[in-house]
Amino acid sequence: MTNQGFPAAARRDLADSQLRRNIANATSTIRAKRAKVVAELPDWQQLRDAGAAIKARALATLPEQLERLERSVTDAGGNVHWARDGAEANAIVAEIARDRGRRELIKVKSLATDEIGMNEALEAHGIHAIETDLAELIVQLSDDRPSHILVPAIHRNRAEIRALFERTIAEGRTLSEEPEALAEEARRYLRDRFLSVPLAVSGANFGVAETGTVCVVESEGNGRFCITLPETLVTVMGIEKVLPEWRDLEVMLQLLPRSSTGERMNPYTSPWTGVREGDGPREFHLILLDAGRTDVLADEVGRQALRCIRCSACLNVCPVYSRTGGHAYESVYPGPIGAILTPQLQGLDQAPTLPWASSLCGACYEVCPVKIDIPQVLVHLRGRAVREGAAGGAGERRLFGLLARVFNSRRLYEGAQRAARLGRGPLMRLPFGPLSGWTEMRDLPEPPAQSFRDWWRARP
Amino acid sequence: MRVALFITCLGDTLFPATGRAVVELLERLGHEVDFPEEQTCCGQMHANTGYQLEALPLVRRFVRAFGHADAVVSPSASCVGMVRDQYARLAALDGDPGLEREVGELSPRVLELSELLVDRLGVEDVGASFPHAVTYHPTCHSARLLGVGDRPRRLLGAVRGLELLDLPDSAECCGFGGTFAIKNADTSMAMLSDKLRSVLDTRAEVCVAADNSCLMHIGGALRRQRSGVRTMHLAEVLAATE
Repeated sequence: MTNQGFPAAARRDLADSQLRRNIANATSTIRAKRAKVVAELPDWQQLRDAGAAIKARALATLPEQLERLERSVTDAGGNVHWARDGAEANAIVAEIARDRGRRELIKVKSLATDEIGMNEALEAHGIHAIETDLAELIVQLSDDRPSHILVPAIHRNRAEIRALFERTIAEGRTLSEEPEALAEEARRYLRDRFLSVPLAVSGANFGVAETGTVCVVESEGNGRFCITLPETLVTVMGIEKVLPEWRDLEVMLQLLPRSSTGERMNPYTSPWTGVREGDGPREFHLILLDAGRTDVLADEVGRQALRCIRCSACLNVCPVYSRTGGHAYESVYPGPIGAILTPQLQGLDQAPTLPWASSLCGACYEVCPVKIDIPQVLVHLRGRAVREGAAGGAGERRLFGLLARVFNSRRLYEGAQRAARLGRGPLMRLPFGPLSGWTEMRDLPEPPAQSFRDWWRARP
Repeated sequence: MRVALFITCLGDTLFPATGRAVVELLERLGHEVDFPEEQTCCGQMHANTGYQLEALPLVRRFVRAFGHADAVVSPSASCVGMVRDQYARLAALDGDPGLEREVGELSPRVLELSELLVDRLGVEDVGASFPHAVTYHPTCHSARLLGVGDRPRRLLGAVRGLELLDLPDSAECCGFGGTFAIKNADTSMAMLSDKLRSVLDTRAEVCVAADNSCLMHIGGALRRQRSGVRTMHLAEVLAATE
């Protein structure tokens, strides 16, 4: 699908009243739950500081931590692979499947594999990936795209899901619209796969360098089936997911559930360390994925985006996301974090409108559990996009150049104020002026007869 | 005390009544107002739209105009936020340690009106009278960037005759966001629609805020709808007397 850019995609989705209602209801519910459980912790701000510091340390010492992780995973009987980009990671997974004669695999919900288009890449090798997260399954069955980091089918309501299940996994049987009945239908379908498919792929929330422990955090238990039942487990982990020490999990496992689902404790937290005789998969592969992350690390302001633990609190509080939904971002990572992560991972020229998909209201920064100053990074990326020629047309550049000259001269500025009172001059070309789209919904202010400085000078 | 007024380009050109109100209010409270006439624009529109290099001369200009002031006050939380939050980074982007130092010294002295009144001048009851039903919209940059907290509401609470009505979902952005309102006009208007609904639900006759930019956006739509609700800057309410 070709990208049309955020403004046009948002215009399309803002007109969908069903979507507007689904997203508004879902985000306001999660937002309220989060606010309640965060308010319970007197040391929440210190936890945020600790979370930011742990991730900052991991990123500042990334090569060392990754080599530690490689050693400890290998010592525990796992195999570590390094993938420069998505194509390399997908090829490694395809090769593992082919060598073991597998045409199917089950998947734990994973953003990293979505980011590198793994399902499509495997399909080209004749290998079918089955999503086992309920919402990911809904998205996969409807040939849709996820619209939220944590709740990929947030844009769907019950009635839509019932119709989808009746058409697909229930094979024409009539289903009730009760959530329990819909979940039961998915459970029946998925349990067959858990018990019969011996290869699984997961992402990773955390990889602990000290111990070689990889950890997946989820709510359904479907992920735990995938990482315990199959013979072979392959984990694709973005290199920024490494934590230096085991004790760092203590902070992260407090920050993550409260920020993401508004729960005090996460329902299914599954850490595993290599392989063990008679317990879980006999074979474990960890693929360490770069895919642009090293480039992001080189940007002193932008690199804080790599601290993200994918909680999605920023999406739920964002006044833009909670109206447009996730598809308008045309990115695996939507919302405020997507607006700073995607242009950095893929290149500003690939997502030139995303740094502008924000009013800079700051609600995202306020809730971020690892204190990513998203507005600061957005402004920084806007500057980079303009300087690198990825955004800002010739007309805009001329206008901003002209306005900068006017504002940098008292004579020109005061002249422009006088001209504006007559409906002329550079100030009339301001972005909020009569020549812009401003008046589509708003009247312009009445131009005053006298500027403030004229009044000041005329004071007795 | 002697306070330098940073009027902002928008306030100077389009909302002079706000600047007059700040002068009247501070003089009524026994303070002296200075207006450095070399001031123009803080550069926020340029910086937030990606034209940071073009904003740099405006940063230098601001430092020249206000560098000597003991205290600078502005009726725009957003422009104060620009100075306090972004100037140091812009100076660093330019690699000018002299400018970084000057900005670092000046920034903490640049205050939004409610900060000046409550923190520096120690006053909450400014002797105003405004017998109207008012709702207060805490603009994003006043609430989140500057953290003015309940200072504006405390000031409004002490105004004679003023009925302060709670704005539902008050912390939600109104959708202005500078050039966001133009570059993402549809999303901006969707956000504005919800803000208007909240304002109208209060049955207030006046919507008050600490930023004329957000008020230009909210007020422009209230006027377009012939809603009968007007917008006013906080300073104008605080300057009003019987």
